[in-house]
Amino acid sequence: MNIYQEELLDHYENPSNYGTLPNPHISHEEDNPLCGDRIRIDLIIEDDIIKEVRFSGHGCTISQAAASMLTEEIEGKTLAEAKQLTKDDILDMIGIPLGPVRLKCALLALKVLKAGAYGIHAWPGEEDE
Amino acid sequence: MHTPQFRPLDVEAIREDFPIFATTPPLAFLDNAASTQTPRPVVEAMDAYYDTYRSNIHRGIYRISEEATEQHELAREKVARLINAPRTRQVIFTRNTTESINLVAYSWGSENIREGDEIVLTIMEHHSNLVPWQLLAQRTGAKLRFLEVTDEGLLDFTQLRDLLTEKTKLVAIGHVSNVLGSINPIQSIIVEAHTVGAKVVVDAAQSVPHFQVDVQQLDCDFLAFSGHKMCGPTGIGVLYGKSELLEEMPPFLGGGSMIRSVDRDVSSYAELPAKFEAGTPSIAEAIGLGHAVDYITQANLAALQVHEQELLKYAHQRLEQIEGITLYGPAPHQKAGVISFNMEGIHPHDVAGILDTHGIAVRAGHHCAQPLMKRLDVIATVRASFYLYNTIEDVDRLYEGLCRAQKLMTRRKA
Ligand SMILES: Cc1ncc(COP(=O)(O)O)c(C=O)c1O
Repeated sequence: MNIYQEELLDHYENPSNYGTLPNPHISHEEDNPLCGDRIRIDLIIEDDIIKEVRFSGHGCTISQAAASMLTEEIEGKTLAEAKQLTKDDILDMIGIPLGPVRLKCALLALKVLKAGAYGIHAWPGEEDE
Repeated sequence: MHTPQFRPLDVEAIREDFPIFATTPPLAFLDNAASTQTPRPVVEAMDAYYDTYRSNIHRGIYRISEEATEQHELAREKVARLINAPRTRQVIFTRNTTESINLVAYSWGSENIREGDEIVLTIMEHHSNLVPWQLLAQRTGAKLRFLEVTDEGLLDFTQLRDLLTEKTKLVAIGHVSNVLGSINPIQSIIVEAHTVGAKVVVDAAQSVPHFQVDVQQLDCDFLAFSGHKMCGPTGIGVLYGKSELLEEMPPFLGGGSMIRSVDRDVSSYAELPAKFEAGTPSIAEAIGLGHAVDYITQANLAALQVHEQELLKYAHQRLEQIEGITLYGPAPHQKAGVISFNMEGIHPHDVAGILDTHGIAVRAGHHCAQPLMKRLDVIATVRASFYLYNTIEDVDRLYEGLCRAQKLMTRRKA
């Protein structure tokens, strides 16, 4: 098992939902100061459903592939469902074990999504961070 | 550089002392600037303490406590000899470089730094030789000033005369950059600093492990380094200071061992070095450090330096052949054991991650030197760093690993 396997590299090279949205209902951006990875997520919400999602930013394979996978996962879901996603869901999507440093890379997109979805102040935070 | 009795390192024999290299293929450990591996003699010396004379030091009136005290103090003597400290008591044991520098910043700093005073640093400092001075400046109203770095990754010496004024009370400078590997001309900087009456703290975390450092020749006022970067265990570091300064300074931490006598409201303090060593110290670790000093001096520091130079030159030659690579820092002969680089279009984390899948350990990140990263205009770099057990094969594997990383990450980009 290897981080640099096909599926992850595919997401890195041809990410799903890459870009920005002109008038997003929710737009949030954060970086990981340890390695400079940066991710922004834009969402269009209709009837509480995530109609459209785009992510943008830069960083390592793990952070970008995780963002790509996350956007695939949440498109068409309700915002409430998106808020329920956890660290374990991300790890399941990635499908390989990660050390503590790369875990932070993997969870950056989820952090951006949650901070955006809850509003930065209302978000209770991840228990594991 | 070759003295008559010069004897090159026997790297094969050295590697036998490190069980971590016994696998096939062996681990290519190239993160020595962060922490080095520990040889058997060091681990065995610590085991001997735990197995045969485990006890607290200084106050026990029984045989094994006396032995522990002796061994702990013998380690101090070995360290003093290594750096040529005039007196053993000038060697203070701490946890690491960071704690040593903080000790100076709190104890010496709070007595000697006032509002309007200036502290001169360089922008290539490790955070542990920057943040303690920021905190001191915030507490006192002193100002920090910075020596810049040239495009070659060397200190901009032309600025020094302008930076050093009668306001300068302290110069805190790294001997060797942990990112660029640059060996800084601290001898001349110390001379210049002393002409304006400033004291000089040397962060020797990356120099003492790699070549002979002589505190009397340098005439530095303080010098700090860590045991874990020189074949020693974690949890033990050193602060050297000039006697008259250490004598004048107030204690840093208060508690047991650092007192002469204690009354309800006041105490008088112990002599050096005990004054700065409150509480039960890292006993096994100090003993381990003493044996690490034996280990690297027996291997011979001059030979170690020649060996690292060879690796570094070879690494520069090979890595320069890779298309799209940027090497940071000066030419090999101006630096010690470190090579920092980036590969075009590949995040440093991915470079390190891919190398890891081939059993090669390097570091990727800002290396606790964010101001320098900003100067280099990068977010992070990949860093390979060498020590006495590294081989030409380690460098070859690094080169091959980088070529593989490049192939993997740029395969479909067109
Ligand atoms: C130049 C330099 N200074 C200070 C330190 C801090 O050392 P420590 O973490 O052992 O306190 C390091 C290493 O991390 C270093 O490379």
